[in-house]
Amino acid sequence: MSDDLTKTIFGRLSLESFPIHEPILVATFAMVALGGVALLGALTYFRLWGYLWKEWFTSVDHKKIGIMYIVLALVMLLRGFADALMMRAQQAMAFGGNEGFLPAHHYDQVFTAHGVIMIFFVAMPFVTGLMNFVVPLQIGARDVSFPFLNNFSFWMTVSGAVIVMMSLFVGEFARTGWLAMAPLSGIDYSPDVGVDYYVWALQIAGVGTLLSGVNLLATIIKMRAPGMGLMQMPIFTWSALVTNVLIVAAFPVLTAVLAMLSLDRYIGTNFFTNTGGGNPMMYTNMIWIWGHPEVYILILPAFGVFSEVVSTFSGKRLFGYTSMVYALIVICILSYLVWLHHFFTMGSGASVNSFFGITTMIISIPTGAKIFNWMFTMYRGRIRFELPMMWAVAFMLTFVVGGMTGVMLAVPPADFQFHNSLFLVAHFHNVIIGGVLFGMFAGVNYWWPKAFGFKLDKFWGTVSFWCWVVGFWVAFTPLYVLGLMGVTRRLRVFDDPSLQIWFVVAAMGALIIAAGIGAMLMQFYVSIRDREKLRDVTGDPWNGRTLEWATSSPPPAYNFAFSPVIHDLDAWHDMKQRKAERPTEGFRAIHMPKNTGAGIILAGLSTVFGVAMIWYVWWLAALAFVALLAVAIGHTFNYDRDFHIPAEDVVRNEDARTRALQSAGV
Amino acid sequence: MSAETHHGHAADHAHGHDHDDPHGGAAHGSRKGYWIGFLLSVLLTAPAFALVMSGVIADPRLTAGIVMALAMVQIVVHMIYFLHMNTKSEAGWTMLALIFTAIIVFIVISGSLWVMYHMNLNMMPQMQAEMSSAGM
Repeated sequence: MSDDLTKTIFGRLSLESFPIHEPILVATFAMVALGGVALLGALTYFRLWGYLWKEWFTSVDHKKIGIMYIVLALVMLLRGFADALMMRAQQAMAFGGNEGFLPAHHYDQVFTAHGVIMIFFVAMPFVTGLMNFVVPLQIGARDVSFPFLNNFSFWMTVSGAVIVMMSLFVGEFARTGWLAMAPLSGIDYSPDVGVDYYVWALQIAGVGTLLSGVNLLATIIKMRAPGMGLMQMPIFTWSALVTNVLIVAAFPVLTAVLAMLSLDRYIGTNFFTNTGGGNPMMYTNMIWIWGHPEVYILILPAFGVFSEVVSTFSGKRLFGYTSMVYALIVICILSYLVWLHHFFTMGSGASVNSFFGITTMIISIPTGAKIFNWMFTMYRGRIRFELPMMWAVAFMLTFVVGGMTGVMLAVPPADFQFHNSLFLVAHFHNVIIGGVLFGMFAGVNYWWPKAFGFKLDKFWGTVSFWCWVVGFWVAFTPLYVLGLMGVTRRLRVFDDPSLQIWFVVAAMGALIIAAGIGAMLMQFYVSIRDREKLRDVTGDPWNGRTLEWATSSPPPAYNFAFSPVIHDLDAWHDMKQRKAERPTEGFRAIHMPKNTGAGIILAGLSTVFGVAMIWYVWWLAALAFVALLAVAIGHTFNYDRDFHIPAEDVVRNEDARTRALQSAGV
Repeated sequence: MSAETHHGHAADHAHGHDHDDPHGGAAHGSRKGYWIGFLLSVLLTAPAFALVMSGVIADPRLTAGIVMALAMVQIVVHMIYFLHMNTKSEAGWTMLALIFTAIIVFIVISGSLWVMYHMNLNMMPQMQAEMSSAGM
C-alpha cells in the first residue's frame, strides 16, 4: 500500500502509535484487557446484556441515570488515583541521581491525565449524578424536564471518558498540565495527538455537562410540587439550582476557548500562538473565566449535601436557611469576579491584582457564614454520628484549613511566593478532597438507602472514613511544608536530598488513601452481600426531613403516585408532625416517558467523530458527523415516546408499600 | 409560581409535546410580528454590509464600531420578535435570565479587556512601542 493511501485511510495512526515499547503501559493494558474480557465474559455468561441495555443504558429514569453517573465517577476515580499513586511513587524515589521509574514523556502525561480525570470525569459526574438522583425526588417531580436529553448528556460524558482512557493505549495524552495552557498546547510545541485527545474529550463531555445543566435548571424552575415556592425548596435543591446556573453560564466559555485552541491547531489560526498576532495570555485569562466558576460548580452541591446531612443528623431544622440561600447566590455572582487570582504573577500590575485579591477574600465571607450555620445547626442538636454525619464533621475541620490557605493565596504579594508551588497543590487538594469528595461520600452514604433500599455497612464505612481522613492529612501536609520551602509543582526529579523524607511521607499518605478506597469498595460489596440484614422498608431510614424520604426505597419509576402538596420548608418532617396519611387508594394511570437508545447511539457516534478528528482520519470524521446528524434528525421523527403505567400496576405497587409499612409498624 | 406551572401529571412536562399547555409559556408570535422583525433585521444588516463593502468611512475602527452597534440592536430585535421575549414571559424568569446573562457578559468582556490591557502594558512594552511607531 502506498504511503498516501495509508495516510488517507488511517490519518496519523500508525503502528508506532501503540506504546508497545513502554513496559508500564503494556502491563497496564494487559491488566485492563484481562479485566475487560472477564467483565464482558461475566456479563455474557449471566445474560446481563439485555437487562443492562433495557433497564439501564437506554433508561430515561433520572434515578438510574444518576446512579450510572456515580458508577462512572467511581470507575474513573480508580484510574485517576492510579495516576496519583504513580506520581507520589516517582517523587518519593527520584532523588540523588535516581531518575525514578517514569520517563519525563510519560510523567507529564500522568499529571495531566490525573487532573483532567479527577475534575472532569470524577468530580463532575459525582456532582451531576447526585443532583440527578436527588433533585426530582426532593421537589416531588416524576422526572427531569427532558428525560431523553438527560440520558444523552450522560452518554456524552461517558464518551469523553472513553476518549481519555483510549489515549492510554493508542497514542498518548496531553503533556501540558490539566488546563493545556497556550502556547505549550499549540501545534508548534505539542504537535502530537495528546492535546487533541484532551480537546475532543472535553468538548464532547462538555456538551453533556451543558445540556444536563439546562435540564436540571428547567426541572427546578418548572417542576416543583404544588406549594413549593423558591424559599420552600430543600437546601440541596437550592445549591443544585445555583450550580446549574453556573454551569450554563460558565461552560460555553470553556467550549469557546477550546474551539479557538483547536482552530489554532487544525487550520492554523493565531488566537493563542506566540506569533502572527496571537496572545497566549488571553488563553489563560479565558480558561480561568470558566475555571473559577467550575470550582464552585463542584463545591456548592457538596455544601448542599452537608446542609441536608447536618440538619437531618442533628434532628433540627437547618440554622439560617435564608442566609444559606443568599450565601449561595452571592457566591454565584462573586465566583465570576475572582478569576485573575489564578494568575496574579502574569503581570497585570498592582491595580488589577488588588481588585481580584479583594474580591477573592470577600468570597470567604459567605462561605464562612455557611460553616457557622452548620455549627449552629449542630449546637444543642441530638447528633447521631452515622456515616454521612462523620463525613460532614471531617469536612468542616478539613475544609476550614483549605479555606484559610486559600485566603493566604489570595494575597497577591504572598502569591508571588506560593504560585505554582506545592503549597498551591496542597491547597486545592485540601478543598477538593476535603470539600467536594467528602461531600460526595457523605451524599453516597446518605442517599444509598434511598437508591437501593438498604443501608451501607457501617464498619467498612468507618474504616474507609478514617483511612481517607488520616491519609489525606498525611499525604498533603508535607506538600504544604514543601511548598512553603519553595518546591514547585510537576517536578519529576529532585537534587536536594533533604526534601526526600517529605515526599516519602506524602507517598505513605497516598497509600493510606488507597486503603480507604479499598475499604469503600469492600463496604459496597459487604453491604450488597448483607442487603437483607441492612434492609430498610420504611423509605425513611435516617428520620429525614425532605421529600425524597416520603416515598419508598428504592422509589417507584414514577417517584410519587400523587404530587405531594407542600406546606413547609422541611416538607416530610412537616408531614410527619401533622401525621399526614399516605394516600392508599384512588390511584390513576401515570404518564411516563419511554426508554430510547438514541442517546447511547449519538454518543457512540460522537466518540467515533472525536477519535477520527484526533487522528486526522477525515473520511471517518465526515462519515461520523453525517451519521450523527442523521440519527439526531431521525430521532425527532420518533413519536412513540411515552406510555402509561396502568392504574392496576400503580395500585399493586402502592399496596405492596402499604403492607410493607404496616409490617414495619410505621 | 410553581403551583400554576404544575398539574397532576408531572410527566406531561417530561417529554415536551403538550401543545395545549395553557400556562406560563412564552407569548406566541403573529404574522405581523414576524414581518416587522424580518424587515428590521434587513434594515440593520444591509447597512453593515454596505459600510464595509463601499468603504465610505475612512477610519476602519469607526466602521467596526458602527457595525457592532447595529449588531447589538439586531440582538434586541431578534429577542423581541423571534424569541417573543418580554418582561412577563415565564413568570419573569426569562427576564431574570437575560439580566443575569447581561451581567456575566459585561463582567467577562470588560474584565478581560481591563486585564489584558494591563498585561500588555506591563509585560509587552516593546509591543506598545511598535504599535505607536506604526502610527496606530
